[in-house]
Amino acid sequence: MKSWLLLALSMPGAAASVALAQEPPAELAPAADAQGEDEPIRLGEGVITVVPIAVPPMPTPAAVATPAGNTSALGLQVAQIVASDLRNSNVFTPMGPQGLPAVSIPQVTAPDYGFWSGTSAQALVQGAVRANPDGTITVGCHLYDLASRSELTRQDLTVPPAQWRRAAHRCADLVYSRLTGEGAMFDSRVVYVAESGPPGRRIKRLAIMDQDGANHRFLTNGQFTALTPRLSPDNRTITYMTYTDEQPRVFVYDLASGRSRPLVDAPHMTFAPRFSPDSRQIVFSMAVNGNTDVYRISAQGGRPQRLTNAPGIDTGGSFSPDGSRIVFESDRSGGQQLYVMNADGSNQRRISFGGGRYATPSWSPRGNLIAFTKVAGNFRIGVMASDGSGERLLTNGWHDEGPSWAPNGRVLIFFRSAQGSGRGSIWSVDLTGGNERRIPTPLDGSDPAWSAINP
Amino acid sequence: MNKTALRLTALAVALSLTAACGSRRPNQLPPPPGDAATTGETGSPGAGDQSGAPDAPVPGSQADFLRSVPSDRVFFDTDVYALSAEARATLDAQVEYLLRYPNVSVTIEGHADERGTREYNLALGDRRANSVRNYLESRGVAAGRMTTISWGKERPAVEGSTEEAWSRNRRAVTVLPN
Repeated sequence: MKSWLLLALSMPGAAASVALAQEPPAELAPAADAQGEDEPIRLGEGVITVVPIAVPPMPTPAAVATPAGNTSALGLQVAQIVASDLRNSNVFTPMGPQGLPAVSIPQVTAPDYGFWSGTSAQALVQGAVRANPDGTITVGCHLYDLASRSELTRQDLTVPPAQWRRAAHRCADLVYSRLTGEGAMFDSRVVYVAESGPPGRRIKRLAIMDQDGANHRFLTNGQFTALTPRLSPDNRTITYMTYTDEQPRVFVYDLASGRSRPLVDAPHMTFAPRFSPDSRQIVFSMAVNGNTDVYRISAQGGRPQRLTNAPGIDTGGSFSPDGSRIVFESDRSGGQQLYVMNADGSNQRRISFGGGRYATPSWSPRGNLIAFTKVAGNFRIGVMASDGSGERLLTNGWHDEGPSWAPNGRVLIFFRSAQGSGRGSIWSVDLTGGNERRIPTPLDGSDPAWSAINP
Repeated sequence: MNKTALRLTALAVALSLTAACGSRRPNQLPPPPGDAATTGETGSPGAGDQSGAPDAPVPGSQADFLRSVPSDRVFFDTDVYALSAEARATLDAQVEYLLRYPNVSVTIEGHADERGTREYNLALGDRRANSVRNYLESRGVAAGRMTTISWGKERPAVEGSTEEAWSRNRRAVTVLPN
């Protein structure tokens, strides 16, 4: 539980001198997190614990034209992406690449500490971009601690030219993980529903993009309404709900082939699909004559196994990261509340007892928290421990709905509906409740789901 | 479940053919949704019927239905799917019409307002559509004539974030073939 609150200050070696803890935390974390209090560093609320970090342009040993552009130009773009990712994390204040001096190839591995020590930066990310004979591109990514004048980590990141942005995201992940102790999050994607048209006949298309909004791609053409996509943890398939043939059903979409197929062979509405952590099972809901229950089925199809049988609406199932349990919402008590059960449906017990209703539960990748939509007047995103304790609300919009976790469990992505027009937009918020940011999309957006780290 | 009109059957066959192989072309421009014509706010005679003769709707058609019954829809309170007395009176008039045309198939659409989460609203719309279907069946409309579909909050009849708009979007609509 405490690890996600802590930066890596206490890690052995030179990292300690990258002083992440110069300023006190903005606020003590709320009750659920209080056990980390004796630790020196926490990712606080808002923009307090930030590290100035220099990200100069990356040189190339030889200017080579590639399908991604000339390596002499790529170095600046890679550095821009690294700086942008680090800035978005709210943990770093990047300097550069604009306005910083060029770095020579020899300096990439032997930084000009004299120069950088004269800046406000505490850490330095340098790198080089080179084209390989086999057509791939390698970004060398080096992280230095400026106080101790030592290298903290380095990695050569080799990618096909079409995936050059991934090398930048992986470099940012390397820096972020080394300095915070948190897992990676930048080399990942978001699947969501792109919306256009008037409210009464909204066009809803499946779409996918990198977590920063780049490489946006529509996956369906909008002929049929598509809803609630989720990527499999192996990032190969998407399960979603579609009104294909006027029949609302769960489908599975194969990213490599672009083909879609129905998941469940039943003459009933199926919806609310989520993958199991091993990508082999899908938990979903089926409405039979007005009664909705939670089921699970092989991702290949076959016979579904019914998990709930309360007279009422049981939906929104979400697996725990070890696959042993499922959190879901049910109105069996009157209004929507959260329940946890074993993955075979046994031992169902309610975990939410605050005022208002609780919906769209999503189990965190770390297993300790469950994110949800809380309905009490407004619709807000919140988290609670998986036993229901320590509830915290993270957003305060008029209608925020449907949280989905970043792969490292530090950030949640959700959608926000505008009062009046109902138009949707995609947002993210830190687990601390700070750093609320809109994710750019070409059209309106809803139902975002964050992927695992790209394989 | 799908004993619908020939038109729908043909459509479904055509669509399932495209579905089998059509998802490979994500870059096509999106055509407009093919289904929304029946889900908007109707209520005025002849709405949605532009092809038939203006003064003589085909008996058993949606246009004729709309001319013959007080309303094609019933409304619900927040999170409620039980039928009010007013809703039952509306449905009684629909029953009278439907018993006159025993070969006409019906789709009952269930809808919710925007103030609910998406998946719960899908389930709620299904409940509402089934409330209507069960009532119609109890009054003598053959179950085999009726299909239900839930649109959750996806197809509001009235735009806006007011109590008035929400009350008109929490509805179940009886839809006949055009």
